Amino acid sequence: MRRISEEDVKHVAGLARLNFSAEELRTLTDEFNRILQYLAKLNQVDTMGAPPTAHVLKVKNRFREDTVEPSLPRAEALKNASAVKDGSFQAPQIME
Amino acid sequence: MELCDLTIHELRRLYARKEVFPSEVLASVIRRIHAVEKDYGAYLTLDLEGAVEQAQAADVRIKAGKPLGVLEGIPVAIKGNLCQAGRETTCASRILQGFVPPYTATAVRKILAQGAVILGHANMDEFAMGSSTEYSAVKKSKNPWDPLRTPGGSSGGSAVAVAVGEAIAALGSDTGGSIRQPAAFCGVTGLKPTYGLVSRYGLIALASSLDQIGPLTKDAEDSALLLNILSGFDPMDSTSVSGKKVDYTRDLQQDLSGKRIGLPLEYFEAGIDAEVKCTVLEAVELLKELGAEVVEISLKFTDYALPAYCIISSGEASSNLARYDGIRYGKAAARIEDNLNAFYIRTRSEGFGPEVKRRIMLGTYLLSAGAYEAYYKKAQQVRSLIIQEFNEAFQQVDVIITPTTPTIAFKFGEKSQDPLQMYWSEVCTAPVNMAGLPAISIPCGFSRGLPVGMQIIGAHFTETVILNVAYQYQRVTDYHQARPEPVRQEGTV
Amino acid sequence: MRFDTVIGLEVHAELATATKIFCACTTKFGGVANTQTCPVCLGLPGALPVLNKRAVEYCIRAGLALRCEIAKFSKMDRKNFFYPDMPKAYQISQYDLPLCRDGFLTLDSGKKIRINRIHLEEDAGKLTHSTGTERYSLVDYNRAGVPLIEIVSGPDLSTPAEAVEYLEKLRRILEYLEISDCKMAEGSLRCDANISLKPAGQEELGTKTELKNLNSFKALSRALTYEIKRQSELLAAGQAVRPETRKWDEVKQKTLSMRGKEETQDYRYFPDPDLPPIELDPAYIAEIAVSLPELPDEKKQRFMADYGLPEYDADLITGAKRLAEFFEAVNARYFNPKAASNFIMGELLRLMGEEQLKSAEIPMNPASLGDLLKLIDEGEISVSVGKKVFARMFQTGAAPEEIIKAEGFKQISDESQLLAIVNKVIKAHPQSVQDYLGGKEKAAGFLVGQIMRETKGQANPQLLKDLLYRELDKLKD
Repeated sequence: MRRISEEDVKHVAGLARLNFSAEELRTLTDEFNRILQYLAKLNQVDTMGAPPTAHVLKVKNRFREDTVEPSLPRAEALKNASAVKDGSFQAPQIME
Repeated sequence: MELCDLTIHELRRLYARKEVFPSEVLASVIRRIHAVEKDYGAYLTLDLEGAVEQAQAADVRIKAGKPLGVLEGIPVAIKGNLCQAGRETTCASRILQGFVPPYTATAVRKILAQGAVILGHANMDEFAMGSSTEYSAVKKSKNPWDPLRTPGGSSGGSAVAVAVGEAIAALGSDTGGSIRQPAAFCGVTGLKPTYGLVSRYGLIALASSLDQIGPLTKDAEDSALLLNILSGFDPMDSTSVSGKKVDYTRDLQQDLSGKRIGLPLEYFEAGIDAEVKCTVLEAVELLKELGAEVVEISLKFTDYALPAYCIISSGEASSNLARYDGIRYGKAAARIEDNLNAFYIRTRSEGFGPEVKRRIMLGTYLLSAGAYEAYYKKAQQVRSLIIQEFNEAFQQVDVIITPTTPTIAFKFGEKSQDPLQMYWSEVCTAPVNMAGLPAISIPCGFSRGLPVGMQIIGAHFTETVILNVAYQYQRVTDYHQARPEPVRQEGTV
Repeated sequence: MRFDTVIGLEVHAELATATKIFCACTTKFGGVANTQTCPVCLGLPGALPVLNKRAVEYCIRAGLALRCEIAKFSKMDRKNFFYPDMPKAYQISQYDLPLCRDGFLTLDSGKKIRINRIHLEEDAGKLTHSTGTERYSLVDYNRAGVPLIEIVSGPDLSTPAEAVEYLEKLRRILEYLEISDCKMAEGSLRCDANISLKPAGQEELGTKTELKNLNSFKALSRALTYEIKRQSELLAAGQAVRPETRKWDEVKQKTLSMRGKEETQDYRYFPDPDLPPIELDPAYIAEIAVSLPELPDEKKQRFMADYGLPEYDADLITGAKRLAEFFEAVNARYFNPKAASNFIMGELLRLMGEEQLKSAEIPMNPASLGDLLKLIDEGEISVSVGKKVFARMFQTGAAPEEIIKAEGFKQISDESQLLAIVNKVIKAHPQSVQDYLGGKEKAAGFLVGQIMRETKGQANPQLLKDLLYRELDKLKD
């Protein structure tokens, strides 16, 4: 199994929108490799023909009818926001 | 013995006879909270004023002879990851500081509808990630049997509250053992229902395909009473199950003759503390004396359940926790630059604790392009094999019994430095979540002065069977009635 | 060097359900910002999605109309990425098992354009970026969670014109199915294009670019045309086309680079554990199939065959379902398809255009138009008066007879009355009469005009002509 590098961990941190100090990154990389080694235990299992399970129960076709119900009052929708402007959630601008 | 040390069913009888009123019970609970909360840290938030009002309203209903809810006037704690409208709900995380949901979790709504008096949110590992409540960003909860030890987790606060009488009962959530493991460590009864039996709507998700809400109580009868209320289809949760309403107290009194108990060898092997193992086996002997038949079985995939569980739970968690970005709710980082991405990163890096970050990182990696097939899909396939194996086992036996935890309660810091050590705490419980089965942990003795938990696992939707076994065991034992030192002291005051 | 163009379109259509895909909030367009949200579509912690049955049905309707196979087993997946308009930081979509796959749409040329897949997903909220010095974006989540279908074509389109025709046919079909408003201006129909060039005849596809922000048919056509020119110039100069996403700039009339493919996100798709799979009963799908309406191309063919309409008329009238239905209702009242078509294309569409009405909002009763056509054919009024009456009908909704009566529009078909006017005009224009008698046929036209003027256009035109020629012929002798 390929060892995960600090660069790999950094890339994952980017995907997860997390930031780590150089030291944290080192520790995390070590932990990652130890954990992945443990998880690789699964390679011992022959899973040929085993379907992947996403849901443990055989529940299917759970639908709701297309009937409108009241939405939250705007003040309720916005009350937990960190910044509100003109009745909208305010976010820092996206840099393309 | 104080009123706060009684069970739901005992209080219900007292209320019915109008010998005791909810306000008196609540007063007793509040006295206990004042006496021990500072030492044991069960709660994240308390709403005693609200509780007093609810209890007084229950008094009035009882006095007026009005029809009563099943939980009328019963003081209950709810885990910090259950949304309650108008009450700050934080999952013991900095990132949800100040979050006041505009809606109430279905489970909480149901117990409120039955008259429960909600005391507040119980402490937990941040976002339910952990097995010791050490990862709470808010406070430490201590094991009432030994304050140097953890109460287990992640529903540690719920277990402590019930163990020391800071609540009559509590709601917890269980993803890989988060109800059963702290129940075992604190000497209370903890039930994880079949996946889908209790609505998850309003339960702040850790891993959606594994999470279930369940009760932590002083005995199996209370567990059945609470499950009667919690269970049932919820149109707001597509994974909740519709089916005939069952009375979970129905079979409690049945005797155990002819019940077949399976003992899976793999759960009594290396890594399981010898005394824990012996204590559980002694308990099984007792069940035999009660008429049960015991057969040894083998669950070959046991060893693989925990790694597969780690993969699936962290994968789902990484996606579930992506929404915490500081824009719509929760604690945002300062807006010091006009850069959205930097804002996201600061908010999340400041807001999440180390274990949560570790699992988000792991899950993100496991779902990423290079790793999905090798890990995630593989784990989903292994999951199918685990389910199949359990299903086959339940062709032969009615219940499967294992230790709930590989060890008794561990000390603070003992495992928190090593994630793999911490994950190992769930080795006996996580396979049950992987298969979506119901299981209950009940106290079955002591080892070095600390409670030992016995796990009784049933086939899907056979809660009546595991509750029956648990009840019959508790009928002839008193481990579940043993109270830790602080309670004994307080009780004599 | 000559190049072949390869184009594929990804079309997003908002479904015209009453509620959002996973919650009971209304999907109504244009509401006050953040008044159509709830814990589910705001992605609040603990809230869970429940799939809208009608959204599934609509997606299947589209699939059946586009001759797709409907999946026996389908599921919803999470597509993970951070963006403030996506409240959960993942979009619930479908990854490897879409509801519909392997269909096609036929162009007028007979060329079949493959439909690779149609899947169901949720829309995002709306972002408004600040324009001043203070830099921020405002987020409105009203649109977050509105159901979308994404229709992905094969790389089978060869020209911008084909792409436009494909999109127009698709629009018509979705409109006929009544599953989407298909208003490009409101964003309920959106289109992205993949385009690449390759040396003529070569099998292997060239490097493609993805074009975004194609908010109208015109934008689609122009962006593709621009991109063909840009790519062919690059290739002709021996340079490589960069695999990238480009944005159509309406002001500059250019495509501009947005981001390169190397920056492509890793979306970490996985099955959504909150949503159980979809396993549809074949009987349910058959039921939907039976309920499908006649589709635009079939209707057009039928209009040509059964009503004898020219292709141009049939195409225009079947361009909108309501218009086609209106046409059929007119003919059910009074059968004169070509006259009906002329009135619809000439008068109705012009007036609706002036009022900026959509085809769903025809403000008049088709039976009234049938009655009007009958009155014209029976000689009660002339066609030109008929147009005036029609305008009144359009404005007031009144019946044609009422208008004719009220306005005194009735055609003069009384021979003695008309004869008097004919003779009056003949007397007043001796020169024209002489010209006509001298062989200038055109002079008669002038006289007809004069008589119409005298009668304010109400003279029965056939009778008028008969009388005029009879009187003129008398003068010949």
